[in-house]
Amino acid sequence: MIDLFTIVMTAAGLIFFAAGTLGLIRFPDTHSRLHALTKADNLGLGLIALGLAVQVPGPADLFKLILIWALAILAAGATAQLVARIAAPAGLGDDEKAQDGGSDGQERRRP
Amino acid sequence: MSSWYLLVATGLLLTIAGALWRVWRGPEQADRMMAAQLVGTGGVGVILLLAAMSGDWAMLDVALVLALLAALAAIAFVKSTRGEGEGDPEDDTPEDRASEDGAPR
Amino acid sequence: MIASIFDLTLCLVILAAAGAATLGRDAFMAVVFYIVYGILIAMAWLRLGAIDVALAEAAIGAGLTGVLLLAALARVARKAGKEPASAASVPATTIATALAALVITIGIAYAFLTLPEPQGLQGHVAENLAASGAENPVTAVLLNFRGWDTLLESIVLLAALLGIWTLAQDEAWGGRAGLRHVTRPGSVLAQFGRILPPIGLLVGVYLVWAGSKQPGGAFQGGTVLAAVWIVTIMAGLMQAPRVADRALRAALVIGPVIFLALAVAGIFAGAFLVLPPAHAGWLILAVEAVLTLSIAATLAMLVFGPPEPEEKR
Repeated sequence: MIDLFTIVMTAAGLIFFAAGTLGLIRFPDTHSRLHALTKADNLGLGLIALGLAVQVPGPADLFKLILIWALAILAAGATAQLVARIAAPAGLGDDEKAQDGGSDGQERRRP
Repeated sequence: MSSWYLLVATGLLLTIAGALWRVWRGPEQADRMMAAQLVGTGGVGVILLLAAMSGDWAMLDVALVLALLAALAAIAFVKSTRGEGEGDPEDDTPEDRASEDGAPR
Repeated sequence: MIASIFDLTLCLVILAAAGAATLGRDAFMAVVFYIVYGILIAMAWLRLGAIDVALAEAAIGAGLTGVLLLAALARVARKAGKEPASAASVPATTIATALAALVITIGIAYAFLTLPEPQGLQGHVAENLAASGAENPVTAVLLNFRGWDTLLESIVLLAALLGIWTLAQDEAWGGRAGLRHVTRPGSVLAQFGRILPPIGLLVGVYLVWAGSKQPGGAFQGGTVLAAVWIVTIMAGLMQAPRVADRALRAALVIGPVIFLALAVAGIFAGAFLVLPPAHAGWLILAVEAVLTLSIAATLAMLVFGPPEPEEKR
């Protein structure tokens, strides 16, 4: 029963990580990639930590597990803010510059 | 159960490989740094799973250090992109910068 | 089966990161790949069961060295007024470097392959662990059985700092190390700089304390403490100390000096660096404590860099 909980939670965590990575690879500009990433990887890590929380041998390790997740959220939240501010203005579709002319025409452009 | 942990950890490694692609591709420095953050978070996840798999929970300390230092590189990066390596990225308007600089300290 | 797949995937990802860090044309990209490489190597050490090394790699390789390289890159760009020209070296130099690396690799491979079948030193360490004053075999080796390495490492760090300080211009000497960091009060960075240090201090001290029984120790703990100091200064909450500051200089040398004094005192107990078993326990703890302070101060000062002329602002 406990193992089943762990399996479900870690699998869900992996799915969020995969979704975040997919966003990181596929999304057209820096800001939307940041958007995809910050949600997915923290929730993913949280689910994995939650799944493993029922397996730890003692309260000290449980505390460490919680601290690790808290630190990851704190760091990701702060750095996402900071990185977003120094990235290029939103909607430039910077992949267009790098890729061969933005062939798929999916880039969101805002004035 | 340990096979399951390794299976999930292998999946996380694949997402890390995806992030490596973004580090390579860029195009902006912010993209590369962001992808490195994903590698860090994914790495923490892998280490948690390795700890559970081996039953050696002292490995959690490695994840703790990684999570603690993950922000450091990003802050150093943000700082290094400002003109002189100092200042706050929130000070985007020149007036803010000027008043900040002019303030007696 | 799945274990082999995991290990194989990890190896491939490590090779990819290492290749990109060395072959990439963009200096910034190379630095990011180096940080990523450190994170991956920490995982590899865990798979090999070397938690102490993984801890050091996570703290120093992935954490602090990355910051050091980013700061160096920014400094070079600032001095040159543009992105440093990377991968633009003369082909002859590149070929010579590659050949030298090849020769060294072949030499190391030869030395490794011709070694007698390794007996391992775990047996010896385990036999003498009780006399070492530490319960963690790695700490016992680092601070007692092979104290030489640790003593010299701490002195090497100091030498590296002196090297960086020689880059200072005459008129800047004696001033605050590195740039003055300014942040707006209440900004994300300033808030983050307030929340992280207490947690970091706790973790750093915990790692040093845990080092005598389980993975941890002066280098890992010291690195975390250095990181805390760096965050505080980058968030503009404190200023970097002046390089001429006496308290700073005392903090820089106290670890190596006390370790060296203890090593010399060991001559009276038998030989250089010998710790009398009856007192080894608290002596190791004392050396760890002062080494942590010195390592933290030295690493942070390495990242801050040489003092910059103040009138620039």
